[in-house]
Amino acid sequence: MNDILDKIDTDTAAFRTHALPDHIVTPGEWETAALALGKGAAELTALWASRRGVHMLLRAGGNLGLLTLETEDSFPSVGRHHAPAQRMERAIRDLHGLIPEGAPDTRPWLDHGRWGVSHPLGRPGPATEARYPFLPAEGESLHQVAVGPVHAGIIEPGHFRFTAQGETLVRLEARLGYAHKGIGALMRGASLTRGAAIAGRTSGDSTVAYAWAYAQAVEAALGARVPERALWLRALMAELERLANHLGDIGATCNDAGFAMMLAHCGVLRERVLRAADAAFGHRLMRDCVLPGGVSRDLDAAGHAAIAELVREIRARFPALVALYDTSPSLLDRTVGTGWLDPALAARFAAGGFVGRASRRAFDTRRDLAYAPYDRLRFEVPCREDGDVNARILIRIAEVGQTLDLIDQLLVNLPGGEASAPMPEGTPGHMGLGLVEGFRGDVLAWVEIGPGGTLAASHLRDPSWFQWPLVEAAIEGNIIADFPLCNKSFNCSYSGHDL
Amino acid sequence: MGMIEGFGIQGLQMLLVVALAPGLTGLVRRIKARLMRRRGASILQPYRDIARLMRKEVVLAENASWLFRAAPYLIFAATWVAAALVPTFATGLQFSWTADLIALVALLGSARFFLALAALDVGTGFGGLGASREMMFASMAEPAMLLTVFVIALVAGSTQLSTVVQAFSGPTVGLRVSLGMAAIALIIVAIAENGRIPVDNPSTHLELTMVHEAMVLEYSGRHLAMIELAAALKLLLYVSLIACLFAPWGIAREGDGPAALAFGALAYVGKLAVGGSALAAFEISVAKMRIFRVPSFLGFALMLGLLGTLLLFVSRTL
Repeated sequence: MNDILDKIDTDTAAFRTHALPDHIVTPGEWETAALALGKGAAELTALWASRRGVHMLLRAGGNLGLLTLETEDSFPSVGRHHAPAQRMERAIRDLHGLIPEGAPDTRPWLDHGRWGVSHPLGRPGPATEARYPFLPAEGESLHQVAVGPVHAGIIEPGHFRFTAQGETLVRLEARLGYAHKGIGALMRGASLTRGAAIAGRTSGDSTVAYAWAYAQAVEAALGARVPERALWLRALMAELERLANHLGDIGATCNDAGFAMMLAHCGVLRERVLRAADAAFGHRLMRDCVLPGGVSRDLDAAGHAAIAELVREIRARFPALVALYDTSPSLLDRTVGTGWLDPALAARFAAGGFVGRASRRAFDTRRDLAYAPYDRLRFEVPCREDGDVNARILIRIAEVGQTLDLIDQLLVNLPGGEASAPMPEGTPGHMGLGLVEGFRGDVLAWVEIGPGGTLAASHLRDPSWFQWPLVEAAIEGNIIADFPLCNKSFNCSYSGHDL
Repeated sequence: MGMIEGFGIQGLQMLLVVALAPGLTGLVRRIKARLMRRRGASILQPYRDIARLMRKEVVLAENASWLFRAAPYLIFAATWVAAALVPTFATGLQFSWTADLIALVALLGSARFFLALAALDVGTGFGGLGASREMMFASMAEPAMLLTVFVIALVAGSTQLSTVVQAFSGPTVGLRVSLGMAAIALIIVAIAENGRIPVDNPSTHLELTMVHEAMVLEYSGRHLAMIELAAALKLLLYVSLIACLFAPWGIAREGDGPAALAFGALAYVGKLAVGGSALAAFEISVAKMRIFRVPSFLGFALMLGLLGTLLLFVSRTL
């Protein structure tokens, strides 16, 4: 097993600046790696497939290791030893037709039998059948409630199958894939610029994080130098995005407990962030603002002033909302103790973002796999141990404060110079990796450069891949009526997960 | 007062409650929106909604039985009759001999019974979920309501609303501990029965947390209009009931002239506005309870009702 752990040898500085080397492994070594994951010797960061075979990205401390198993038909199942890999393997089988041998769950995942074709990224075959058996739950007086994929509110599509005894939940099984857009196929052969646009549309609320992760991956693969100012502007956008999402979700989570006042006030603050982003970067959500080589729009004096004013306003108004949350016993009664996520599970699934940090997993890509400019900024990574809905809200409240501090630092120390630089010619076959801390957690982008400035292959991995299964775990033993509250406190992405 | 005027005033009362009910719902929504610094829809929006629903076609589940189609009318009729029995601006109405508090509870209970049956009828998961929650709440709310009725009856010497109102607005009743308890109990029951926060959230989009809304999810068109109107009437009924029992000022007596009637009507509209505003302010200041906390919330009302009754057995002056 130590041989495998020795392969986790690419340190942060290396993959941040250079093309990513990979270790070609044998099926035996692949299985050893899976066993090591199951024992907790390393973390699974991503698992995906390309035309060459299957890839597994492992993390241990600040080091990453990319294992590649070249195959055309099957590979030893990782999910058999390490549960977090199961849905990824099912997705690999749906998209590429590579069979995980010995996998405990052989049902399709993203493919609902409605594509008209199977394995669109591998060797296409006839469409699979649409039938989908849910996991059984047996016992006296159990009943099922089916929710979605179309919901009463304007939210993303997902199907939830609850098995309950009275109000108490026995099992929740989610079925996702309704928002599948075929990102993998769209990326294949696309130009690097078009790739940036597609990456930015993978999950709309994290468009900056995705575009930045993609840009990092391309720049690393090409060995490109990005102007200092561009990096700082990207961080500014990323922090604005985090701020908007945290503010919106803190209010929305309270609203799901029937406390509409928080939503109303947080909604106003979120709107202010979006308007400031519009004034500074020309788009409320800052879509298409980050491109490989830099940013598409430089910050002018008016934009600078708009963001500074925004920070002042939120600093003045947000503490009163935190106090309202802290002094509303009826609201705390709903959030404290609800939807408890076991820290052991959070560690095993390598849950990123506030979900992990509310359950003792103190990991933040900005600090632990540091990238510019965060390596020169001061910030803290809040962490809690209680792991309930309240903990996730409090982590996000603390992160709002950290983000405001970061924006201050970014505005004051913003370096001058160009906001973008031309990209060098790429070498076909080079691979690059990007990892960015979005508001949900670590957004990963992996690209392989093709001939003539195109993408040969890519993979975008949303943090939600590791968080969705935890929603199912956290809700067990709670009552049905508390599910919306728990679910909102995780707020996983459907679109980013469904690809 | 002649028979004709009597029927006239009773008819006026029946029309008045239907005409005002959506307005009260609209007022509560509007005030909630204003308190949250939103602009909010017009107070007239519920009228427009009902008019729109009346025009729309009805979409029925394939397996819906006659019960599902009949229930909205039964629910509306029962609630309307109940609302028409509560003295709003005048006592001594033509039907006041039937206006018994226990009859009121029975009418509302029947409406609930049909709504729960209709919710179960089409067999969706949400209907069953809503019906079971509604019945769990009702098993606590109804006894609490009845105990409140007993307190009132013991003080006023009657369960007939006209008599109660006349007794309460007279000089002999005054401030009593038992009536205070009954008032709080009745307010708690009213919040639960109307599915307001903290018991249920009338404006939620989350199917899994709904109680009343979960039961009516399958309804559409004129059926939904009937149910929405019945829900608005029920809210109006409870506000009117609390107002006429615990704030019986300005209600016209039997045989009063048009001036007293007009003043009564004006006072009534004022009471509705105060009740609606208080409800809105309360709703935005608390979060919704966990479902299983609701029985203890209603249990509190039950205990207050019981305590009030017991106090009156100890001494008639408490």
